[in-house]
Amino acid sequence: MIQRAADTAIGQPNAVAMAFFFVFISITLAITFWAAKRTRTTEHFYAAGRTISAGQNGFALAGDYMSAASFLGIAGLVSTTGFDGLIYSTGWLVGWPVVLFLIAEPLRNLGRYTFADVVAMRLRQTPVRIAAALGTLATVTLYLIAQMVGAGGLIRLMFGLSYEHAIILVGIFMIGYVLFGGMIATTWVQIVKAGLLMSGALLLALLVLLRFDMSPAALFAAAAERYGAGVLGPGKLVSNPLDAVSLGMALMFGTAGLPHILMRFYTVPDARAARTSVFIATGLIGLFYLLTFILGFGAMVLIGPDTIRAVDKGGNMAAPLLAELLGGTPFLGFIAAVAFATILAVVAGLTLSGAAALSHDLWVSVVRKGRADAGEQLRVARIATLVLGIVAVGLGITFKGQNVAFMVSLAFAIAASANFPALVLAIFWRRYTTAGAVTSMATGTVATLALIYLSPTIQVDILARGNAWFPLKNPALVTLPLSFLAGILVSLLAPEPDAAAGFTRLERQTHLGTGETR
Amino acid sequence: MSGHDSRLRDLDRARWRMALTLTGATVLLYFGFIALVAFGRSLLAFQVIPGLSLGILLGALVIVASWILTWVYVRWANTVYDPQVRALLESGR
Repeated sequence: MIQRAADTAIGQPNAVAMAFFFVFISITLAITFWAAKRTRTTEHFYAAGRTISAGQNGFALAGDYMSAASFLGIAGLVSTTGFDGLIYSTGWLVGWPVVLFLIAEPLRNLGRYTFADVVAMRLRQTPVRIAAALGTLATVTLYLIAQMVGAGGLIRLMFGLSYEHAIILVGIFMIGYVLFGGMIATTWVQIVKAGLLMSGALLLALLVLLRFDMSPAALFAAAAERYGAGVLGPGKLVSNPLDAVSLGMALMFGTAGLPHILMRFYTVPDARAARTSVFIATGLIGLFYLLTFILGFGAMVLIGPDTIRAVDKGGNMAAPLLAELLGGTPFLGFIAAVAFATILAVVAGLTLSGAAALSHDLWVSVVRKGRADAGEQLRVARIATLVLGIVAVGLGITFKGQNVAFMVSLAFAIAASANFPALVLAIFWRRYTTAGAVTSMATGTVATLALIYLSPTIQVDILARGNAWFPLKNPALVTLPLSFLAGILVSLLAPEPDAAAGFTRLERQTHLGTGETR
Repeated sequence: MSGHDSRLRDLDRARWRMALTLTGATVLLYFGFIALVAFGRSLLAFQVIPGLSLGILLGALVIVASWILTWVYVRWANTVYDPQVRALLESGR
């Protein structure tokens, strides 16, 4: 057995990690400097001037989506539970076809900067914008808290930096990218990060497979031999099938309601490029999740679940430990820098989409009724970025040491129950009304928050009560249909002829883009 | 309604039919897998060849099949839908 004690360079300042980190920061700051000179209007700030190619956007979408949770978390989960961890690998991918089939093209054809553009298009602006902005901010804030707290912990583990310093460091870079470079810098940070993450994961998987004659089956067989054949089949994680279905719904339809993902479709020139970019992103993300199979089982066999848990209870250090074993301290340094880059890129994307909701949806559309001039719009967008960035740092420090893992699935549940139904009904359904849209989004958000509070996630895991009133860990199974139902019923009860007429007017644009008028 | 508009309607319908069919296929694929995870534990633990359990194989297939479905859609949209839209827009001038 190759099991080792937990003697590892993880947690000590690592020269190679510092060097790689420094290179990444230098490159991204150079990009930001270059992008800042090109960011003169809101069109540049929110949508990169619509000049991003399909291939670039494919990488950027993958970069926005593959968080540290998916790299370190899933590898850790597979290395400690086996097959059960793979259920997440598949769940995180299957939302992407849905994004492509239902959302990407109409969104690109109808909107300008945010998904609220599309929902509010033929409805009364003020109430719909407020509801959609709240849905966006709820999703983005929860996701940001989870990322920030994760970042603080990971950077402390890997670089030995204090939690608060790590959060402030992440905050400074994230604000810097977005504030000065807007969407152009954010996009290129995502592309660099996606390239680094993919090459890191590929190299690590290759080094694992070299130990098993390049045969994944031999690797899985070694895992079964050591830890029992049970690790290759379903275990305890899915003890309640409804729980699995509910989580699956949140992942599948939540992806199609994530504001920072949706916003990326405005950066490409047309619907055809939006379409191609999802195909490329799905390929990259799919390959990455397939690699987590190898990384997870590789860490299980070569390092061992007990050693992995000894370094970090949550198993998050499985991939870095594996890198250290197979490539020594230099490779550990590279993987640690990749993990840091991953975190930075994801929080930058989130901050930009939250800032767009604050400035474009709330300030420009609601407060100023669309009468703000270009200079004011850009100024407000930058102020919103700064405010949101500082709030994110504050929340990250506030939630230190709290169990925030549930916040990612909560963010997905709200995206699936508030944003996704509103978007689908606005695109598909002629008789959708202002009241229906507001009711649907409010129901989705409030019901999700209430049911999460009453679920075992909060009641048992965090408040340590004996049982929970609501049985499911993730509420999407209930809240997603509820939100659709609320939107449909309210729309049918009080028709809005103007909105229906608007549907006919926009029908061409929904499916064909601006077409002849382009 | 002019012939031009009704042809556009037909094209819209064809796109939505394609989109909804493929969405249905993705939903079936993934929730079928989840149902097997929940109710077919011993089946998924069966090893097709030593080491490669049916569960791991099907999990990988769900990922690959999702990607193939996006390819089917992109190919259809690029080779069937887009040219027809373009032809229609040009004839409608």
